[in-house]
This record gives sequence, C-alpha cells and structure tokens, in this order.
Amino acid sequence: MIEVEGVEKRFVVWRKAGRLRRRRIEVRAVDDLTFSIERGSVVGYIGPNGAGKSTTVKMLTGILVPSAGRISVGGLEPSKQRIQLARRIGAMFGQRVQLWWDLPLIESFELLRHIYKVPAERFRENLATYREVLDLDPFLHTPVRQLSLGQRVRGELSAVMLHDPEILFLDEPTIGLDVVAKERVREFLTRVNRERGVTVLLTTHDLADIERLCSRILMIDHGRLIYDGTVDDLLARYGTERTLVVDLEEPAPPLDVPGARVVQVDGPRQWLRFRREDVSAASLTAAVAERARLVDLAIEEPDIEDVVRRIYLGSA
Amino acid sequence: MVDALAVYTRLIGAQVRSQLQYRVSFALDLTGTFLLSFIDFLAVLVIFHNIPRLGGWSVHEVAFLYATSSISFALCDLAIGHLDLFPQRIRDGTFDVLLLRPRGTLYQVLASELTLRRVGRVVQGLIVLGYALSGLSIEWSAGRAAVLVLMIPTGCVIYGSVWVAGACLAFWTTEGGEFTNAFTYGGNFLTQYPINIYSAWARRFLAYVIPMAFVCYFPALYILDKPDPLGLPSIVRFVSPLVAGIAALVAGAVWRLAVRHYRSTGS
Repeated sequence: MIEVEGVEKRFVVWRKAGRLRRRRIEVRAVDDLTFSIERGSVVGYIGPNGAGKSTTVKMLTGILVPSAGRISVGGLEPSKQRIQLARRIGAMFGQRVQLWWDLPLIESFELLRHIYKVPAERFRENLATYREVLDLDPFLHTPVRQLSLGQRVRGELSAVMLHDPEILFLDEPTIGLDVVAKERVREFLTRVNRERGVTVLLTTHDLADIERLCSRILMIDHGRLIYDGTVDDLLARYGTERTLVVDLEEPAPPLDVPGARVVQVDGPRQWLRFRREDVSAASLTAAVAERARLVDLAIEEPDIEDVVRRIYLGSA
Repeated sequence: MVDALAVYTRLIGAQVRSQLQYRVSFALDLTGTFLLSFIDFLAVLVIFHNIPRLGGWSVHEVAFLYATSSISFALCDLAIGHLDLFPQRIRDGTFDVLLLRPRGTLYQVLASELTLRRVGRVVQGLIVLGYALSGLSIEWSAGRAAVLVLMIPTGCVIYGSVWVAGACLAFWTTEGGEFTNAFTYGGNFLTQYPINIYSAWARRFLAYVIPMAFVCYFPALYILDKPDPLGLPSIVRFVSPLVAGIAALVAGAVWRLAVRHYRSTGS
C-alpha cells in the first residue's frame, strides 16, 4: 500500500553569521528512509519531536516533494498525482483544521461531500455510522468554533472518513483528550480498520495508543529509521520498565528492594526502576515504606523519548 | 467546470450565511463602507471645484473613469479581497489542508470567502456612474455599449490577477500583504484619474507592468471619443479583454510556480 525507498528531504535554512551575513545550512529532515506498509495494517510512526515524522507524512500525502528517493502510495506518486491521491486518503494533522470554523459541523460535512464528490447514498450511510460510533448527535448542529477539543477531534475524524479513504494519516489523534475521549477515538480507529480494511499510519507520543492500536512500529530519529518491528517486541525489549520516584524523610543509601533497582539518588529522592511483570507498584511502595519513612512518591511511565533513548543505549 | 462552479457556489453560500448570522454588525459594516466610499469621491469633486479641467478631462469624464474603475475594483475586492489574509494561511500551516483535498489550490483559496460588505462600494460606483452619464453626451452605439459592459469584468480580471500574483509573495516571505496592497488598492486609486496627468514612468508602469491603464483608461477614451494625449494607436482601446486574459494566465503561472516552491521547501 505504501512503499518508501531511499527517501530524503533536505531543507535549506539561513543562519545568522555576523551582522548582515547569513550562512546557508542544509538540514536533512529525512535521510535515506526505506520501508513498506501492507494494506490493512495499523502502523505507529514514532520518534522524538523534530525527528522527521511530520516531514515524512507530508511527503506521503503529497504536500511536500521529496528531495530524493521514490514514494508510492496506493500505486500513485504523491508529489505528481496529488489530486488523484487526495480522493483515496484521509489526513488529520493536529492543529490544521479540516472543518469550517464558523459553520455548524453538519455543514462542513456537506461541503466536504461536494469537494470530494461523494455519492449522496454513500455519504448518508457513512454519516449515519459515524454519528453512532463517535456520538456526534449532541453537537452536529453546533458551529465548530464552539466545540470542545474532544468534540472537534471526533468531528475531524468523521470528516476525513466521509469519502471512504483507503489510507488514513493521523498526527497525534489523541493528544490533549481526556481518557474517555481517547478511548472513543481508539475504538473508532479499530473499527474502521477491522470493518473496512483501512490502512492507518499514525504518529503519537502516547504508548497506550500504540499498545491498543498498532500491529507494527516504525521509529525514526534524526530522519533515519532506527526500529521496525512489532509492538510486543519493542515493549518487551525497551518499554516495560516503569520508574517509582520516592521522596524519603531524610537522605539514605540506595534502597535494596526486591524486583527493583535504584538508578539515581539525589539527596532524599531516589529513582527505582521496575518491570510490570516482576512487581506491582503497590507492593513495591509497601516494600519501600518498610525500609524508610516515605514523604511523597510518583510513578513515571516510559514515554517515547525514553524508549528512543534506550534503543540507542541498547545498540551502542 | 460545471461541478467546479456548483461547488464554488456552495462554498461561498456557506460563507455568506455565516456572515449574515451577525446581522447588525453586517449592516453597520455595509453602511460604513458605503459612506466612506462617498468621502473618497468627494476628493474628486473638491479638485474640480478649484479647476475646470484636469489634464483635459471634465468632472463628468473623470467621474466616468472613477466609477468604472471603482465598480470593477469593488467586485474584485468582494470576490477575492480576502487574499490580503492569505499570508496567515502560510504562516499557520493551514495551506497544507488545501493540498490534501482533490481540488486546485488557487480554486480553493478563491472559494474560501466573499467579503460581502464590499457591496457598499459597488453601489457607490453605480451611483457615481449615473452622475457621470447624466453629465456626458455620449453618442451611444452597439460598439460603445459593448465596450462599457466588457469594461467591468475585464477590470475585475486585471485587478484580480495583480492580487493573486501579489499574494504569491507570501510563499517566499510569509508576509507581503502590505506590499501587495500598494499595487491593488494603490492601482485602484491611480486608475480613478486619467493617466496622462502622471509622469512618464508612472504611465509606463500602469500601461505595461501592472496593466491598470487597460482597466478603464483606454476603453474610456473610446467611449468618450477622446483623442489619446499619449498618441497611442487606437487599437489599444479595444485590447483590454486580451490584456486581462494574458494577465490571468501570468497570475496562474506565478501561482503554480509559488506552490511548487512551497512544496519543495515547506516554508
């Protein structure tokens, strides 16, 4: 469905060098990227900020033209066949709203129906489905500018699915949403993937999104692919360690607790790494409390940045 | 083509409905534009209060120029004046959304808004045209009537081309609104007076670089049956539609070039 071969994207930036002089610097946002994605899969495209994720997605959707390499999406070349491709893909990029700000949600859908030339019958069926799955009815006639973030994201998702795209590109679809809204979005994506075979490529910082949705992970950093494999494999190798941060009443030598190891000590504060499978957070806390007087504690879940860092450490 | 027009009508219709949601504010805007544009025309009357003729043109003849220029410009402003805000789209990245849809980008930009309150300016232009015609004794012929009717869309297209080409600057600078205004609003101001009152370089600029002189000056010479003080061949009076067509093609080419630049740099 998606073929990327030796793709590169270089940008030229002008840095200040002296009062008036500027120096030309070439930045490689994406560097020799090669991967392919099968029809019907849900792939997480992850990496730290500035890794080149958005640049890749922009090239796949035909917004940006690659500097080198070959891209094929659904058999089309995005940079040359932008309009044909646009009919077959849906894309949701965080802040860039598809919907018309001042119009009621339903009117945006109507306009998109005409822009994409969706047959009336198909439009009716799709709208009925999305109204039910995403629970759009309470705000279907509200102007978009009055919607909450969660409502807007649900509206956006419906909007990008109205023309039955074969491929969905989603940039941080759950960012900023509350737990319930996140769950609804994930449920929706699971359904369109399962029932309609829609291929999904999503970027996210949320490990839960990845665990729930993705069968495969592509990870990039500094524009290069650094990991390509299953989610289970990734989490087994890098992602399952959580950190318990404890503030003790007074500084103490590193605690000796079964199932965890102290990775850092800073005065009365200690960081303990542990694996979900080995010990629960509750019993670990109890074990710490037996050994020292606890003032405060917090649990840090592994995030994408952390996983990337650990992949580097592992490969070094 | 038919589909493109139908979708344009829908998009604009939706915009107009949302503008009309705020009826009072819209009515005030409309009245304001209308009154302000009359103050603008007062300037012309003040000049003629002090001198009988300007560069060989009477007050009614200048009013004729003013009115035809004003109507063309106001219609253009109504349809695409929102291009002033286009640099914002480049800056906040919403231009990308247009590239994700199966339609041309210029088409989508032009179909994104209609500045309805500019209707006030069109009405003012029509009233001034009535004033001009009432004081002129034009020998009407089929040819003269046809040129008058063609002047308005022709002028619209010429102004529009300058506007679109100017908006393209935003792809390189992400700014440029004010610079473009110098040519659109500025050009409109200049064409309201006969160009023979300007210095030679300004005349050449208006005739050959941004072809504003073709908006109403040259066709007006024909309708008013005036000799050209600049001595250009009389064919020049009839080529405005052709000039408008060329201007539109050039503007379209500049737009395509600009979008290509944007898609390779993403800035």
